[in-house]
Amino acid sequence: MVMLTVALIAFALFQYVGDPVANMVGQDTSVADREKLKQDLGLNDPIIKQFGHFVQNAIKGEFGQSYRLRKPVKELIAERFPATLELSILSAILALLVGIPMGVYTALHPKSWVSQGFMTLSLIGISLPTFLIGIFLILFFGVMLQWLPTFGRGDTVDLGWWTTGLLTKSGWKSLIMPSITLAIFQMTLIVRLIRAEMLEVLRSDYIKFARARGLHERSISFSHALKNTLVPVITIIGLQIGSLIAFAIITESVFQWPGMGLLFIQAIEEVDIPIMSAYLLLIALVFVVINLVVDVLYYAIDPRLRMS
Amino acid sequence: MTLLKIEGMRVEFPSRRGSVVAAKDVNLELASGEILGIVGESGAGKSTIANAVLDLLEPPGIMPQGKVYLEGNRIDGLPIEEMRKIRGKKIGMIFQDPLTSLNPLQTIQEQLIETITTHLAITEKEALIRAIELLEKVGIPEPAIRIKHYPHQFSGGMRQRVVIALSLCAEPNIILADEPTTALDVSIQAQILDLMRKLVKETKVGMIIITHDMGVISDICDRVMVMYRGDVVEVGTTKKILGNPDHPYTRSLISAVPRPDKRLHRFPLVEYIEEAGVPQKSIDISTHWLGKARDFGKKQDALLRVKNLEMRFLTVNSIFKSKRKYLHAVDDVSFDIKEGEVFGLVGESGSGKSTVARLITGIYKPHAGNVIFNGHDLTKLGKGRDANKVRRQMQMIFQDPFSSLNGRMRVGDIVAEPIKFHKLASSNAEVKSIVNDLLDHVGLGVIAAKKFPHEFSGGQRQRISIARALATRPRFLICDEPTSALDVSIQAQVLNLLKDLQEELSLTMLFISHDLPVIRQVCDRVAVMKHGKLLEIAETEDLFESPKTDYSKHLIELMPRLASTPASV
Amino acid sequence: MSDFWRRFFDNDLWWSFKSSPLVVIAFVITIVIIFSSAFATFVAPYNPFDLAQFDLMDSLKPPAWMEGGTSKFFLGTDDQGRDVLSTILYGSRVSLLVGFMSVFFAMVIGIIVGLIAGYSGGWVDALLMRIADVQLSFPAILIALLVDGVVRGLLPKGSHDDLAVYVLIVAIALSFWVQYARTVRSSAMIERTKEYVQAAQVIGLPQPLILFRHILPNVMGPVLVIATIQLALAVITEATLSFLGVGVPPTSPSLGTLIRVGNDYLFSGEWWITVFPGVALVVLVLAVNILGDWLRDALNPKLR
Repeated sequence: MVMLTVALIAFALFQYVGDPVANMVGQDTSVADREKLKQDLGLNDPIIKQFGHFVQNAIKGEFGQSYRLRKPVKELIAERFPATLELSILSAILALLVGIPMGVYTALHPKSWVSQGFMTLSLIGISLPTFLIGIFLILFFGVMLQWLPTFGRGDTVDLGWWTTGLLTKSGWKSLIMPSITLAIFQMTLIVRLIRAEMLEVLRSDYIKFARARGLHERSISFSHALKNTLVPVITIIGLQIGSLIAFAIITESVFQWPGMGLLFIQAIEEVDIPIMSAYLLLIALVFVVINLVVDVLYYAIDPRLRMS
Repeated sequence: MTLLKIEGMRVEFPSRRGSVVAAKDVNLELASGEILGIVGESGAGKSTIANAVLDLLEPPGIMPQGKVYLEGNRIDGLPIEEMRKIRGKKIGMIFQDPLTSLNPLQTIQEQLIETITTHLAITEKEALIRAIELLEKVGIPEPAIRIKHYPHQFSGGMRQRVVIALSLCAEPNIILADEPTTALDVSIQAQILDLMRKLVKETKVGMIIITHDMGVISDICDRVMVMYRGDVVEVGTTKKILGNPDHPYTRSLISAVPRPDKRLHRFPLVEYIEEAGVPQKSIDISTHWLGKARDFGKKQDALLRVKNLEMRFLTVNSIFKSKRKYLHAVDDVSFDIKEGEVFGLVGESGSGKSTVARLITGIYKPHAGNVIFNGHDLTKLGKGRDANKVRRQMQMIFQDPFSSLNGRMRVGDIVAEPIKFHKLASSNAEVKSIVNDLLDHVGLGVIAAKKFPHEFSGGQRQRISIARALATRPRFLICDEPTSALDVSIQAQVLNLLKDLQEELSLTMLFISHDLPVIRQVCDRVAVMKHGKLLEIAETEDLFESPKTDYSKHLIELMPRLASTPASV
Repeated sequence: MSDFWRRFFDNDLWWSFKSSPLVVIAFVITIVIIFSSAFATFVAPYNPFDLAQFDLMDSLKPPAWMEGGTSKFFLGTDDQGRDVLSTILYGSRVSLLVGFMSVFFAMVIGIIVGLIAGYSGGWVDALLMRIADVQLSFPAILIALLVDGVVRGLLPKGSHDDLAVYVLIVAIALSFWVQYARTVRSSAMIERTKEYVQAAQVIGLPQPLILFRHILPNVMGPVLVIATIQLALAVITEATLSFLGVGVPPTSPSLGTLIRVGNDYLFSGEWWITVFPGVALVVLVLAVNILGDWLRDALNPKLR
């Protein structure tokens, strides 16, 4: 359902924004030639038919050619996809690995000064726009200390269709700053979320009863409280991971990281419709997949959902 | 052998407005095989005592004074790890709501085994065997199968049995039960109390039951401790406390409990209650606004007629009509209410009585059947001025004093709203004077108008609801469990108010409750409902003296009978 | 009236406010920034967008305390000779304007949708929530980017710059309304089952009246909390979009645009053109966030 709506939007973009023909040919192409091109592209067919074509092509992965770069969109995306994916996944792992323990700690020891410190850090974390973090990191580590490269991906290794930066040292070096930048915002959100949820859970009756039964605090905190906290938190974390892809746009801009996000930004500036609509569809796909995964996870974890 | 001894306990809750003292100078002794009841109304401090014993006070609660002895050893002030070993193993505790007391993500087996192995040095296999035995003991059928189920797969009564099993599984000598049956239906309550009595007899544990319900006390307690606002007012055997109490508070408390055996004209009032409020002004009905012409139309034989009413909820959906399954909340219910009578509707939760009320007032729409009010078929009435004219002759008072008033509106505005909407007054000044009159009449006084609902207690809020209901000069008043959420003493006041108003204004009333003694005191005729069906209708005295259906007999048997009538009020 | 003030100061909220110095500071800072940027025309030493007021000869001067700086341009100047302090003040104005307006619109749309969905239930609710879900699949930045891009493509070139601010407001509002809608909806659903709503129905009040007079005031609490937090987020989003080049143009820049413009000079040593607007942005957002946090804890009934 979601996919179809998105496809509709992407299609509408194609249709109404700008004149595709004008974008594709030079200024001195004759009117007759333009007409022929229009015909070939099927632009004179009824809208429904065009939409049908569009969807068909989309499923095949065909989005036509980029207006600006004159290369098939499919290729462009395939080129850039690994870069974005590696960055996103690394950031996600970072955010979760640091965020969850921090969140749990601050919920279990709400008044300790370590917790206050964490909370202050998280407050600052959500007040810093991602791009600013990026700039600052570049300034500090890249320019002043000269430890890390300030743009690009470093050397990459080709694994068939996929290019990876994970196998080279310079690849790793290039990954550090962007992934930290991308991870910080997510991390702070996760910390706050887990803290809030867990504090709620710790106040519930079954925790009280568990304590009244003399169970160990450790068990109460982890097997009882934490598990119950994670259930509602999973959906949100799932959505967050999805939005990582969007935030990647920013990070990629700042670090000139050759991923899909950068492609998209440039496409917006140049009103390069094919790329825009392809990107949209891809993102929607990612989200739908993530939602499905989350739903399945939910089902597996919460026994109340399994019975009906 | 004295299992538990408490000396001079004091519990406080410090806050920015000064410390609230929840319990003062509490002394208590519990012997093995004995059931001690701690009774009192809300705010008496009873739960805090149990929490303090196990060091489970909600922050910022503290116990600045007092000594607690477990089998002769002092346990107050023990370090956390020592206390943990006592909890569950020596002293077990049960809370009120069985649904929220259990971890929804773990099976009963996991929860039981974890508790057992934490305290007893046995293997998991052995623990499992013990757990199954325990489930059988508390009356869970097919324990070996059901132990693998999750909490939500059990019904309310079964869940409480599981909770009891959990509190017993580490074999403590003392059980503290905090309102263990309050959330359960009357018949289930009886079963659970039976179970508890049996367990105490077999295992010789000592039990403390905290409750506000006198019926529970008379049912299973050996001794009783009465509390009022943090003070221990009286301690004694159940027989003495219920039959011949010394302290005036206890006496008036007992007398305020609605009597199941005889109908009195009015409820006796409880002393010691600060919110007696402004004494009601008596009004002359013939000249007062409340009695003025109410364009009621001609008198009918039956003011309200409910015919074959049906309301169902979809439980299993399907495209095929025949495959759909429904839950019949109200199933072919018919009854008449005569003008000026008080008609009672009684049943347990899920019986459909509240749904009937909402069908009558139009909050829900029935799937079949009619509601005929004063000759008008309400089910066919749409919206619009004429419909409103009919509808405003009917008003309703709800159960929950906290959610039945809009917390953001001033009391005066709440009561004025219906007057303004139905344009019953010709000027703002007139509205104001009517509102003031109403507030006076329900005993709250004119100053209540400027305040907000949260500044009032539960009983006072119900009075506000009553004032609002009277504002449209109704002819017919539906009371849906109006006092079920209130303390016994407050209940007496509010019910008296309702009785007085009914007499004074010749109101016709539909009174809904699950509390049989109250029904007996208040209603002229009664209908009994179960699972959506109407089982029996009879005059009140007839129903109570000679009930015709088995279910009615069952309910009447379950009514708590306090030992004997108090010597004096 | 004095009764009102007495209640106000006796209120738990006020007490909680007073007792936390951090919150008071945050509040003061926010007010200062808001006022100084609102009245920027009077407060700022120069008007950086009045072409007559700056001179290329003054360009790239460092802040006053560094070598080469003058007290005339306290925080230094940018590449066009504009005083950085003034640009920050004017820039804050734009940032705040976009922030407030977009949150306001998002709130209005979200509340209306949420109320209707939560109260009606049934297919109305299902439909509205589907729409919300679809939109929720897209992070705000993406939506804002998209709307911006589309409008950019639709409008004739050139007029876009003038309308940029409005486009931005609409774009951000469209991406934020969903959160209000969801919260209001769940609050409305809870309130709907409460008995005072049923009492109102028994009195005979029509649905819309019940919605606005009874339910709305009771769902405003969480809305306010979201609004403060979203204000911070809106400012960041706007800054991000401007930084990426798709937001407010340099002719009437916001803090984000200023940072972008200054970014090019970062490596050549004129760090002040970026850093000061950056600091201003962070301080503003931090202050608003602190207020939002405090508001949320103070209004949480369970913590009282």
